[in-house]
Amino acid sequence: MERRLVLEAKGLRKAFKDLVAVKDVSFHIAEGETYGLLGPNGAGKTTTINMVIGLLERDAGDVLVDGREIRTTSTDAKAAIGFVPQDIAIYPDLTARENLVFFGHLYGLTGKPLAARVDEVLETIGLKERAKDRSGEFSGGMKRRLNIGIGLLHKPRLLMLDEPTVGVDPQSRNAILESVEQLSAAGMAVLYTTHYMEEAERLCDRVGIIDEGSIKAEGTRAELVRLVGEKDKVRLTASGHLAGALPALRAVAGVVEATAGEENLELLVDEADRALAAILAAAAGAGISVHSVDVDEPNLEAVFLHLTGKALRD
Amino acid sequence: MAALLIARKDIRQRLRDRSAYLWGIVAPLGLATIFSLLFAPIAGNALDVRFAVADQDGGETARIFVEQVLRPLGEQGILKEVREVGSADEARQLAADAEVDAAFVIPAGFSGAAQGGGASAIEVVANVDSPIAGQVAQSVAGQFVGEINAVGTALGTYFTLVGRAPEPGEAEALVPEAMAVPAPSGLDEVAAASKELSADTYYSAAMAILFVFLTVQFGVLGLLEEKENGTMGRLLAAPISRRAVVAGKALTSFILGVVSMAVLVAGTTLLLGASWGNSWGVAILVLAAVIAAMGIMFVVAAFARTAEQAGNLQAIIGFVLAMLGGSFFPISQVGGFIAKLSLITPHAWFLRGLGDLAAGGGVGTVFPAALYIALFGLVTGGLAQFRIGKVLAP
Repeated sequence: MERRLVLEAKGLRKAFKDLVAVKDVSFHIAEGETYGLLGPNGAGKTTTINMVIGLLERDAGDVLVDGREIRTTSTDAKAAIGFVPQDIAIYPDLTARENLVFFGHLYGLTGKPLAARVDEVLETIGLKERAKDRSGEFSGGMKRRLNIGIGLLHKPRLLMLDEPTVGVDPQSRNAILESVEQLSAAGMAVLYTTHYMEEAERLCDRVGIIDEGSIKAEGTRAELVRLVGEKDKVRLTASGHLAGALPALRAVAGVVEATAGEENLELLVDEADRALAAILAAAAGAGISVHSVDVDEPNLEAVFLHLTGKALRD
Repeated sequence: MAALLIARKDIRQRLRDRSAYLWGIVAPLGLATIFSLLFAPIAGNALDVRFAVADQDGGETARIFVEQVLRPLGEQGILKEVREVGSADEARQLAADAEVDAAFVIPAGFSGAAQGGGASAIEVVANVDSPIAGQVAQSVAGQFVGEINAVGTALGTYFTLVGRAPEPGEAEALVPEAMAVPAPSGLDEVAAASKELSADTYYSAAMAILFVFLTVQFGVLGLLEEKENGTMGRLLAAPISRRAVVAGKALTSFILGVVSMAVLVAGTTLLLGASWGNSWGVAILVLAAVIAAMGIMFVVAAFARTAEQAGNLQAIIGFVLAMLGGSFFPISQVGGFIAKLSLITPHAWFLRGLGDLAAGGGVGTVFPAALYIALFGLVTGGLAQFRIGKVLAP
């Protein structure tokens, strides 16, 4: 069954005087889908997000969230969006609970439903025990979690996370990524910007590679890899007459090339996860004993390098 | 609704960091107390001066000066002391030693000269460290001598008209009678005196309007602080209008300004004995003053780049307007161009409005002052709206 689209962004453009920050950016996100905008600092990710959530007036293009147009002047339509900005945006003089209650009120939550939802979010972000403490006294990781909690408080249809793990310790980072995975699994559409390739690979169903204000390529990780012609590398540590097994291995569907060394075989494969079983069967059939298998899949870093000619963290 | 939520949140923050208490209540109340303690002796009706008088004449006119002019001033508490001494040298020495601030020496023959049209003068000796007291003494003596001259002129005119010279002793007898005749015209000082605020009230009001210009910053400046904290993006991404954000900040300023002023009015009345006048009139002036302060604050917020810069700018503007408007010194008494220039400030009109109330005026008497003050805020605030959009950005 086709999933319903939550966000449709078409032909977005934004210029600041002579600098065109975003040009002709289009993408869409369905419910339960996590879409990653992957690009280095200054690529146009935040400008794109700001246009999508109605913080910034666009020069051209359309944004529909849940079928309703989003502009800077929109009010009700924005209720479908949850926003987690890159920098921590909380009130340090207010407690964690007061921060959540204030933003909950702005999104129209009141009374017992609000109190219940605040408790729920405090539990989710692991701050229930510190709910009455002023957020200014929190550690960086706790502030980050509260920052995210505010974004999900009103159960938005679309959650925007703008580089939420920048400057976060590994433990908090992992907790954040797990939260995003859970939200996506629960049906929330997620737009996630990052310049960390590993995060995009882990979280995102589809990724848009953005650089210099435009999307260079878009698709699943496998699609992107295929797009640039990169192959998976499979290395078999084995014993036996390795060179004699090469014809059988080359005959396996998806295997593009096979070479033999003294104690290993190296194969270039379209999609290693699909071909691996047949490769092992062919090796066994050729009388080869396989001791270990290493699969080296081309990552988004390589794709990005191929598409833009520069590394993600340039 | 959203504006109310934002205002409630802001006020909670301000009460929690105690800045509102400090700028809105503690500082103005403290300064009003200090100023009124410093200036009350000068600004009040009582003069902290001591005079000595040596009557070397002993005649009728000299006695009138001592008994009917100087002595009552001392008895009524207008002068701190009037000491009658036996010799001119003693009087002069008292002034030289600063035992008194000024001394009058009435020379022998003074009364005769006054009645016969001859020449004589009261000598005024002032201590060098009491120039104001010296001027007061000169003024008192000058006034009396002027009156004597007027009586002399009147008697001269009378005898000229009746066509004969005065009999021996006749002029001397007529002088006290002539001096007792009420003047046909005079200066009614009641209105002017009653429009003058007491030192306690003046400095309470002056500090209140000075600090309301600083207190309101905690609302409007919040626009820049939200931007710096990153929370502006959150507010703008929420399902509320941008106007609600501005309105929320304005409401915060308004509430803090009004509450701070109200507490100061009550506090200075109870603690300093300030007399603000008609409550409704005061309320109207207070509301107008808060609007004026907000107008300036919006201009500052619209043009400043950071909250810190805006806070500094607001303080500078607040103090300049306060100085020009007479919050530290009654600038209207300087006269000339500066006194006229002071009338561009809400401060001058605020104090003028309170003066009208102190004169016993009803609520209606403050309307002109309140109208100017409120218009000042509306015009400046209105101008700021053209640029406030730049603050409403993530």
